[in-house]
Amino acid sequence: MNVQKQPGPDLPPPASSVGVIGWLRKNLFSSAPNTVLTLVAGYLIYITLVPAFQWAFLNADWVGDSREACDSGGACWVFVAVRFDQFMYGFYPEAEYWRINLAFGLLIALMVPLFIEKFSRKGMLAAFILIVYPVIAYYLFSGGAFGLVHVETSLWGGLSLTLVLAGVGIVAALPIGIVLALGRRSGMPIVRAVSVVFIEFWRGVPLITVLFMSSVMLPLFLPEGTHFDKLLRAMIGIVMFQSAYMAEVVRGGLQAIPKGQYEAAQALGLSYWKTMGLIVLPQALKLVIPGIVNTFIALFKDTTLVLIIGLFDLLATIQSAFSDPNWLGYSVEGYVFAAATFWIFCFSMSRYSQALERKLHTGHAR
Amino acid sequence: MKKFVLTTTALALCAAVSTTAFAGATLNDVKKKGFVQCGVTTGLPGFSGPDEKGNWTGLDVDTCRAVAAAVFGDAQKVKFTPLTAKERFTALQSGEIDVLSRNTTWTLTRDSSLGLNFAGVNYYDGQGFLVSKNLGVKSALELDGASFCIQAGTTTELNLADYFRANGMSYTPITFDSSDETVKAFGAGRCDALTSDQSQLYALRIKLKNPGSAMVLPEIISKEPLGPVVRQGDDEWFNIVRWSLFAMLNAEEYGVTSKNVDKMAASSKDPNVLRLLGQSGIKGKGLGLSDTWAASIIKQVGNYGEMFERNVGQASALKISRGLNALWSKGGIQYAPPIR
Repeated sequence: MNVQKQPGPDLPPPASSVGVIGWLRKNLFSSAPNTVLTLVAGYLIYITLVPAFQWAFLNADWVGDSREACDSGGACWVFVAVRFDQFMYGFYPEAEYWRINLAFGLLIALMVPLFIEKFSRKGMLAAFILIVYPVIAYYLFSGGAFGLVHVETSLWGGLSLTLVLAGVGIVAALPIGIVLALGRRSGMPIVRAVSVVFIEFWRGVPLITVLFMSSVMLPLFLPEGTHFDKLLRAMIGIVMFQSAYMAEVVRGGLQAIPKGQYEAAQALGLSYWKTMGLIVLPQALKLVIPGIVNTFIALFKDTTLVLIIGLFDLLATIQSAFSDPNWLGYSVEGYVFAAATFWIFCFSMSRYSQALERKLHTGHAR
Repeated sequence: MKKFVLTTTALALCAAVSTTAFAGATLNDVKKKGFVQCGVTTGLPGFSGPDEKGNWTGLDVDTCRAVAAAVFGDAQKVKFTPLTAKERFTALQSGEIDVLSRNTTWTLTRDSSLGLNFAGVNYYDGQGFLVSKNLGVKSALELDGASFCIQAGTTTELNLADYFRANGMSYTPITFDSSDETVKAFGAGRCDALTSDQSQLYALRIKLKNPGSAMVLPEIISKEPLGPVVRQGDDEWFNIVRWSLFAMLNAEEYGVTSKNVDKMAASSKDPNVLRLLGQSGIKGKGLGLSDTWAASIIKQVGNYGEMFERNVGQASALKISRGLNALWSKGGIQYAPPIR
């Protein structure tokens, strides 16, 4: 009798459960309702995406310099191409574009080492970016020193203005927000009261109102003849507004830190600032990275509100181009371009925050 | 337990917004800083907007350039502040700008209660009708029973109702939220006619797939005189802005253009032209300007007709006909007092 001691080799799974067909059967056609849903969804994608793709790419016009070049019925990207410089730099003098390029190029160059694991002086570099770089960027943008021509803020515009507003908002709102959050949890009644009033006031008014106040009401209260730069007014408004939100996000993180951590720090004899700086804040901020980045993304998109006070950010510059009599009727292309630009920036911010979370992950998350 | 009586002190923040008299101050300020600060729209086809190079162009923009040419002899010495409709009067009141040339309708309320003065009219606008050519209509009075695409919540809606009631006609309104939707619906044939301010109708027409298929009817059913505005209380500056506009109108009337202005100044025998160009008469004395103030306007910006045709007329994409904005001598109502 021939007894088989070893089990025979495994047979391959049936052809209908592996490969493309298997995947389709498992995920798309596993039951009758799913099959119906798949077909309906597929049809919807077909009737929306295909024409959109044809409009945006296949039938689009890319080259030319007037509306006569746009005759193929699809998107007229010539409109965006012709005004691309204006969308990027606003009314900034063309001969001085290099200053904006240099400012942003320098920022990117300084940021790169922060992403390199082996680079050991990240703290110093970060301090340089936060303290010295803004001064350099200010002189590059505004000029008026070191032989650079002065470019007044009313000429700033386009994507560079959007980035300046968002950058200033982000860089200034985080530290102010942290201070306010600490103030709100402080045991000192005056500090706490001031923080609570500040946060609740700025959180209680819409950003659009803050901007209106800064541009419409404020000039009436100032003495005759004093002109307070409009961009500066808007920036201060945005920073105040965002730091109130940031304070509440950070406070959420502070509250999540167990009391034992504070007590342990006190038992070690650490001062208040050392407790906060070495024990509490590093843990709290790490916990609220999603909230912080959420606020940053909201801030980035909120900067478009400055168009209601006549500042030409990316969206306002694009909208003003719609009024060129030679290019009437290409608003869809302009808005698609604006949406794509904003999406790229917001999506990169969100990816960066996810990477940061993974890197700082120390097993807290449940 | 002690009772605490909370006394709340109401802090009334009295902000006295003073409308100071600026007698003569604006011209001195403008001369000192070296440019005219001019408030314009953030973008309105033909009236103001940046071109591809970022230079401001348009009828309202040129009105400001004329003031700069009169004051400095250089139409480029002007800076533009783009303003939204809500900001415009504050910007002027607070002294942020010297002239507001922003498609602003001259009304009693604005002229009398805001501390402002309208210096003239650079465009007589009014509500008009855009109809499809297939309709075969030549006048708005033939539109009885027609359907209209209207932007909801605007005065256009009310004006339309008034006009049809006054003429004993009926119509069907189809309302939309934005002017883009309105023109799309009109293009798709959902209504017989579209109504809006006439200067806008020409811009809307270009947005149609086939602009040639629609026409603007001659009727205007509301009055919208648009013009430059200055602060009340500085008559000297008011005069300069007002007469910069009048100089362009007079130039058109006497046939002086940017091309022939130098020749006319040297060889014209017409005393009107000689007075306009500062060769005789009062010259620039009354306004406190140089004698050739009007000549610089005409040379650098052009006369009113040139400015109109270049920005909104036949030489532009909008192709608006002169209509009410023709000179009084040619069937319109643009009329300037004589320079003498």
